[in-house]
Amino acid sequence: MTSEELLQIAEEANADREASDFEVNVCVALGCLSQHSDKLKDTLTAEAAAASPRTGKRCHVRGTGCMGLCAAGPLVRVGSAADAGAQTLYAGVREGDVKALIESLGGKPVERLTAHLDQYFRGQIPIVLENSGYIDPEKIDEYIGRDGYQALIKALTEMSPQTVIEQISKSGLRGRGGGGYPTGLKWSTVAKAVGAQKYVICNADEGDPGAFMDRSVLESDPQRVIEGMAIAGYAVGASKGYIYVRAEYPLAVTRMTSSLRDARRRGLLGNNICGTTFAFDIEIRLGAGAFVCGEETALIASIEGLRGQPRPRPPYPAVSGLWGSPTLINNVETFANVAPIIRKGAEWYASIGTEKSKGTKVFALTGKITNTGLVEIPMGMPLREIIFGIGGGVPNGRKFKAVQTGGPSGGCIPEEHLDLPISYEALIDVGSMMGSGGMIVMDDTSCMVNVARFFMEFCMTESCGKCIPCRAGTAQMYQLLTKICDGKASHADLDLLIDLCDVVKNTSLCGLGMTAPNPVLSTLRYFKHEYMEHIDHQHCRAGVCACGSKPLSELSQAEVPA
Amino acid sequence: MSAPVDVKTLVIDGVNVSGSAGQTVLEVARENNISIPTLCHLDGLSEVGACRMCLVEVKNSPKLFPSCVLKVEEGMEVTTASDRLKHYRQTILELFFAERNHICSVCVANGHCELQSTAQSQGLTHVRLPYRNPKLDVDASHERFVLDHNRCILCTRCVRVCAEIEGAHVWDIMGRGIDSMLIADLHQPWGESSCTRCGKCVQVCPTGALSEKSKFGAEHPKHPEFLPYLNMMREGQ
Amino acid sequence: MNLAPPPLPSDDKRWKIVNGTMRRHGFARHALIETLHTVQSSFGFLDDVAIRFVAQSLHVPLSQAFGVATFYNHFSLKPAGKHTCTICLGTACYIKGADRLMAEAEKRLKIKAGHTTPDGNISLMTARCVGACGRAPVILEDSELLGLVEPGVMLEQLERWAAHD
Ligand SMILES: Cc1cc2nc3c(=O)[nH]c(=O)nc-3n(C[C@H](O)[C@H](O)[C@H](O)COP(=O)(O)O)c2cc1C
Ligand code: FES
Ligand code: FES
Repeated sequence: MTSEELLQIAEEANADREASDFEVNVCVALGCLSQHSDKLKDTLTAEAAAASPRTGKRCHVRGTGCMGLCAAGPLVRVGSAADAGAQTLYAGVREGDVKALIESLGGKPVERLTAHLDQYFRGQIPIVLENSGYIDPEKIDEYIGRDGYQALIKALTEMSPQTVIEQISKSGLRGRGGGGYPTGLKWSTVAKAVGAQKYVICNADEGDPGAFMDRSVLESDPQRVIEGMAIAGYAVGASKGYIYVRAEYPLAVTRMTSSLRDARRRGLLGNNICGTTFAFDIEIRLGAGAFVCGEETALIASIEGLRGQPRPRPPYPAVSGLWGSPTLINNVETFANVAPIIRKGAEWYASIGTEKSKGTKVFALTGKITNTGLVEIPMGMPLREIIFGIGGGVPNGRKFKAVQTGGPSGGCIPEEHLDLPISYEALIDVGSMMGSGGMIVMDDTSCMVNVARFFMEFCMTESCGKCIPCRAGTAQMYQLLTKICDGKASHADLDLLIDLCDVVKNTSLCGLGMTAPNPVLSTLRYFKHEYMEHIDHQHCRAGVCACGSKPLSELSQAEVPA
Repeated sequence: MSAPVDVKTLVIDGVNVSGSAGQTVLEVARENNISIPTLCHLDGLSEVGACRMCLVEVKNSPKLFPSCVLKVEEGMEVTTASDRLKHYRQTILELFFAERNHICSVCVANGHCELQSTAQSQGLTHVRLPYRNPKLDVDASHERFVLDHNRCILCTRCVRVCAEIEGAHVWDIMGRGIDSMLIADLHQPWGESSCTRCGKCVQVCPTGALSEKSKFGAEHPKHPEFLPYLNMMREGQ
Repeated sequence: MNLAPPPLPSDDKRWKIVNGTMRRHGFARHALIETLHTVQSSFGFLDDVAIRFVAQSLHVPLSQAFGVATFYNHFSLKPAGKHTCTICLGTACYIKGADRLMAEAEKRLKIKAGHTTPDGNISLMTARCVGACGRAPVILEDSELLGLVEPGVMLEQLERWAAHD
């Protein structure tokens, strides 16, 4: 395939698109699918076909990827095919609404279904999600129609591997899998490493329970990830890639499998890609339910068919990874940023975000928040704007208590830090971390000790068991936290807990153990009074814990915690 | 004169030492009579870096490194003993003791146990953590040996010696996290497994988890030091 | 060591599917997890016969294969019940009250999570996020995903399953 051929496909795809007068886009990603949006799409298709002879207008019904606002599903976006930006978004569409919806095409939108969500979209900048909800993820040509694979062709025909890496470095892109390691630097290490065979691995294990950005990208825009991996393969000199997807995401696996086939058929994977000598192909490997396999050395062990146990680094995978070969591992979202950077240039990307954290980040906004779903915001946006602006704040008149980021490795951020502009460093400063992008809002019905215990239980059951601090330390900390929740702990227990946090954090073999104490440390930092209430007064202010919640009014005045 | 390029000079605990590229900090330290406690390491076996006893500080890094896998580098400055390391090592030992059921006075390995001797050398006097005391099996199905899970610290020396030296790979670990457990073949009784009865695993076990039947305490010295000789002999062949 | 591949454990056609996975990977050792996935999806669980067959075919030591099979949550060594109710206990679902769903289900079925009712009808399982957090709390009834679940809705389904025994 040459760039002319690519343009031709793009033109045909777009001509196809514009041949219809209207289009009806139905979200068939997991969230809406769970509300039978696939059947809804069939009904819409039948209704549109029936209406066509009457109205003389052609209407195309398309199944698309995630439109962001999963809680309001099923979502349908309709309007003129020529102007996707001016379409109307409908929420909570049922079979019974189909007739009205099709009839309204070209006329006034159906008011009762219209999602009034200007606030939700205000301030969002879709880069990773730019195609999500606009294309049929199973049609490679629709991706090409939206500038897909231009970046790969540009890289292969106009750029040396070195220039590709320079562009990625200059863009300031950092790893979206949690650590925030500069992507360009990682690529250049792998490029420089000696080895006849090198590998590119896409980490799609998305272990953070409460995050679904990667799933959404894989389901909604799979070609984007493939293109990013191929560009990376070219840049570092690898001919073979793996996508490691968790088994809990069957739909993502199916979509990815068929997308790989389509890319091969179009000559965008395989030998002599775009008429050059570059060869690259990708295989899928299934995870099997182990959080620790998101850690890069454990992931490699798992691809090798072994127990997913990490090993000490160095050596880093960039030097000695899969089967001892230099291996590049990046997260799904990291790869999804690659094509736009190559296409539009590093300067454009670096103009978005803060000094050290460039570009956008996708967050999965969930918990006690009005608008749950996926949001993509520029780095540097204050947390308050995400939660109270885009997210619409805490529902049911309850009071905001904390927002949890970084998953089991992260922490809880209280109200006082909500004006914090989001960046890798800022989140670490307040005792949390960026993580993969889970953002869980809690109100005053959540007990922070209980939340810390929840994460510790998670780490305990997900510990691989190889090193002693993580294996036995998480179990001991879990017991201590349970004791506190049950109102049976002493101050000595709390001291012991704090000591264990320090030991486990500093002596564990891999990131799981090193960060397992974080939820405890961050809740201790901001909500120590809740710990003390459990210990001194057997009181859980949220009324969640087993020690019960003796109403504060029953405590003598001297006892009332500050 | 051409300087041999693969010699690295470094400082361990203030002493100038040298080692060759590819050597670990632990090896070089021991060559220079600097002792670092270890449990999962055994000369002659691959390294796993799991017991964390050998952690050391490296100047200009906030992270600690397991010296059994850390390769020497030119100009490195290593500290193997500090108050911080001492506290970490003691707490890790506590975690080991409290994980299962280690009561030295009633253990077959009393007096010949590396967990016990390491605790002594590290100055551990009591365990602050509650013993978990899981009720675990004792497998006495083998005609010569016994496996007592209550004394196992999951160092995987037995797994490695069986796979790497004996070539039988009878042992492995099942489950994960706190539920990890040593198994023979498909989680079968040891006596019914494909065990070659060589006894190497018993020799390398640092505690009383693997022992010879009918031997107790003083009668039960182990000889894990046979491995380097074995490897040397093999290489010489 | 016996290098000839072992015979199929029985003439059950599903072994051919398992063998197919291994052949596709050239009977390489690293195909272990992929092959166990095939066994899990074809048979619903892994028993000793299956693990032994796969291990011998791929020349993986038995204990290593067993170690792998028990490391990953996705593989189970016991057959599941006729129906499975999976409750997501990921963070988003937990904050939205998944623990209450779990308590109700345990009370109704009189079993703990991870177990199957004595009559083999219903298994109660947990998941750590199925990626539908936007609709938390989430449960899977067999493989059908349900979002924004109230305890009552879940209990009704459990009753229906129990009645269809
Ligand atoms: C316990 C643990 C779990 C992890 N889980 C994930 C994950 O689910 N997805 C991911 O992309 N990275 C995960 N990581 C980070 C990876 O180890 C690795 O840093 C990342 O995939 C690198 O990609 P990036 O540079 O593009 O972020 C995890 C790390 C640890 C320690
Ligand atoms: S001896 Fe180095 S970690 Fe065990
Ligand atoms: S936390 Fe339940 S689906 Fe993500």
